[in-house]
Amino acid sequence: MGEAMSEKLVLSLSQMSVGQSGIVVQVAGGHGMVRRLEALGIRPGKKITKVSSMLFRGPVTVRIDNSQVAIGFGMASRVMVEVNAAS
Amino acid sequence: MLPVKSSSIPRRVLLVGNPNVGKSALFSRLTGTYIVTSNYPGTTVEFTRGYLKLAGEQVEVIDVPGTYTLEPTCKAEEVAVKMLQQGGLVINVVDATNLERNLGLTLELLERGVPLVVALNMWDDARHRGIKIDVDKLEELLGVPIVPTVAVTGEGVKELVNRIVEAKVPQVTFSTSEERWAKVGEIVGQVQSLSHRHHTWSEAVGDVGSHPIWGFVLALVVLVAAFWVIRLVGEGIIKYVTDPFFERVWAVLLMKLSPLLGGGGVWHDIVVGKLISGSIDFMQSMGLLSTGLYIEFGVVIPYIVAFYFVLGLLEDVGYLPRLAVLMDTLLHRLGLHGYAIIPTMLGFGCNVPAIMATRILESRRERFITATLISIGVPCAALQAMIFGLVGKQGFQYVAIVYASLFVSWIIIGLILNRAVRGFSPELLVEIPPYRFPPWRVIGQKLWLRISIFIKEALPVVLGAVLLVNILYTFGVFDFIAAATAPLVSGLLGLPKESVIALAMGFLRKDVAVGMLAPLALTAKQLVVACTVLAMFFPCVATFVVLLRELGVKDMLKAAGVMLVAATVVGALQNLLLPG
Repeated sequence: MGEAMSEKLVLSLSQMSVGQSGIVVQVAGGHGMVRRLEALGIRPGKKITKVSSMLFRGPVTVRIDNSQVAIGFGMASRVMVEVNAAS
Repeated sequence: MLPVKSSSIPRRVLLVGNPNVGKSALFSRLTGTYIVTSNYPGTTVEFTRGYLKLAGEQVEVIDVPGTYTLEPTCKAEEVAVKMLQQGGLVINVVDATNLERNLGLTLELLERGVPLVVALNMWDDARHRGIKIDVDKLEELLGVPIVPTVAVTGEGVKELVNRIVEAKVPQVTFSTSEERWAKVGEIVGQVQSLSHRHHTWSEAVGDVGSHPIWGFVLALVVLVAAFWVIRLVGEGIIKYVTDPFFERVWAVLLMKLSPLLGGGGVWHDIVVGKLISGSIDFMQSMGLLSTGLYIEFGVVIPYIVAFYFVLGLLEDVGYLPRLAVLMDTLLHRLGLHGYAIIPTMLGFGCNVPAIMATRILESRRERFITATLISIGVPCAALQAMIFGLVGKQGFQYVAIVYASLFVSWIIIGLILNRAVRGFSPELLVEIPPYRFPPWRVIGQKLWLRISIFIKEALPVVLGAVLLVNILYTFGVFDFIAAATAPLVSGLLGLPKESVIALAMGFLRKDVAVGMLAPLALTAKQLVVACTVLAMFFPCVATFVVLLRELGVKDMLKAAGVMLVAATVVGALQNLLLPG
């Protein structure tokens, strides 16, 4: 990674820690998955906060605008979010 | 010519919007008391219809299943799109606290070129959260009437009705969904401003509900409380309403009717039932007017009322999606995802709507596994009421054994099906709505709707089953069946051969079947085996028909095969392992 980008880090939703926020940069999935997430407000450019995650690779709950959405672990692993590395 | 045309009084009005935006509350405000639920032709997706008086005319109002997009991702959304294609004016119900996401659907509706009015619902909630929306500006940008509403209190509903005639059909097209979302972003940027807001108490509880540890504690508390309330309400109705009626009023009337029919004989026994030591025994007489009506109204309906009351509350408060999140990890082992918990919960009321509700699941595989597991491991309220009534008398531990056997079978068969059924199961993706206390009016309406549907569907079958029992007795058919299956039933399950008749009747009605066990003087162990086998082995005929419709002949036969094998194995194991 270049020096200019050292403060920014791209993580998947399942890698993020609870309470962490960031900006969605990519939804790495097929057309159907992209469309479904988009309809629920999860698309590149949106601010997203991880609210909680269940144990044993369970679903991840996120907040986006004023709504909360629960996403299965596998799908959450394919939603890439840019977060501040420093915080 | 402007690219806008006005419409006059519409033929019908469709309420379209995302799930959890207060569509049902608005529907209940718009329509009167006369509402009906029907299945969309050719499917089992339910929708509700009612009527609205508009300029002296009765206009049909349809509560379309909630949808996020007009590019359908499941069966319920497909129905929403089909209904839209059949025409009518659309009231797009928009959650003002989630303007951006909701406007995505609004723009899709604009593209369809349907006459449109927007209800900007939850207006009070938006204000409370510090969200300001410039309604005039939004109306100008979208080119259709926009009315702020609070469906729960009725605020703005009158204005909404007045402005229905102003519905407009703007012509908009977007070439890609990116372009559409860009437009949404642009609109929201122009009309919405946010001021500082505090965390509300409901958000704090919301966080507990999906917390990896406290969530389970809350779930346990909720389920225990739900169970307790259902028993309290159900027993309360039986003790103070139905039992006094049947014992003091109905029995007296029947005893007056009895001598008029000759006090005995075939017709007497079919209509009034056999007199047991000179009087009516509602559980054993087996007459249409005695046992037939008593099972339905005296035992089952009280629990049905209690169950649907509690379920309706849990649904409308917004708890079920949180339960889906908690259950997701476990249900994945069974080849399902968390959302399958919703049809499963419905099954504790009646398996028929539960299996219909499997439509909310995306893959065929999930629907097959969920439907089969519901048929095997989830006893309906009618059956549970009778199990409590009959097995409960022998001691609560025996009821617990029945439930534990069903639960363990549900898990084990799920684990097996997950390995045996080909295909994959998609992942959970569900909105977690904020906790909201629903208006009593909506809860009451839903409860009434569900109970009236239950009575309409169940009563003819209960009476038919009681009639059939009488006829089959008279012609000695039961003796034949009993003799033919005796080796299996007595050898493997340890039940007397007379109980075969009750088990066979389970195909018609499980509640009547348990009622038929009553006069057999079974031991506690035999009751446990009989009730478990009854719960597992075959669904009642109504469930059977829905299974056939939902799964097709081949998969239904597979499901039935699984049920028969599972019931025999579990019944035999109980017979082998239980003492006494």
